[in-house]
Amino acid sequence: MHSFGYRLNALFTFAVTILGFICAIASFTDTLNSPSPSVQVQVLNVNWFQKQPNGNDEVYLTLNISADLQTLFTWNTKQVFAFLAAEYETPKHPLNQISLWDAIIPTKEHAKFTIHTSNKYRFVDQGSNLRGKEFNLTLHWHVMPKTGKMFADKLVLPGYRLPAQYR
Amino acid sequence: MDWQGQNLAEKLMQIMLLAFAVVAFGTGYLMASFKTMMLIYAGGVVLTTLVTVPNWPFFNRHPLKWLDPSEVEKHPKPQLSPIVNSKKKPIKK
Repeated sequence: MHSFGYRLNALFTFAVTILGFICAIASFTDTLNSPSPSVQVQVLNVNWFQKQPNGNDEVYLTLNISADLQTLFTWNTKQVFAFLAAEYETPKHPLNQISLWDAIIPTKEHAKFTIHTSNKYRFVDQGSNLRGKEFNLTLHWHVMPKTGKMFADKLVLPGYRLPAQYR
Repeated sequence: MDWQGQNLAEKLMQIMLLAFAVVAFGTGYLMASFKTMMLIYAGGVVLTTLVTVPNWPFFNRHPLKWLDPSEVEKHPKPQLSPIVNSKKKPIKK
């Protein structure tokens, strides 16, 4: 501690070490939060359901999504990325996931919403398996904290069924 | 900066930074604002820098007392006797 540069160096090192510790503790406080999000999705209409010229099935839906993700937000949350996926089983693959809609939720105030929308991304099956297919709509979310590890979870809404015929 | 000043500066730096970290974390957590925590801590680091890094007069209250030159003359350093190296005789080939 005998010179200006030595003191500045010691102070900077100690300050950054403490900063690391308080960020780690802030990240730890996230584990004390137990979120209880809720989601409802209604399929209002099947706008079209057809076989593409290459043989793949395509569906175009109108959805009503209402969700309350406010409990995901803590003081250490930067933003939440949420996406709605259709999940179904085919003879070839036990799990098929198709993202239909997504959103970045920047603040807690925006985390309770109701959206009336058609599917943002195309719902196309790799094959011709969709007629009369039962599927789940799953809301996945990734919580991005300001410091610490990103974590993800989901809420599965089962019991949707596509029409048995193309239209 | 004298010896006691250096000791004081180091202790002051550690205590101030720790105290500001505790206050910043507590306030930030209670206000649920990460930004508040960072601002309080940044302010604390700047304040600690201003207090402990420059060579303020209160770090120089215990100057070292050197011995008088006359005292040195009474106890002169023992002179080293010159060591005579016995040179090896060159070996004739």
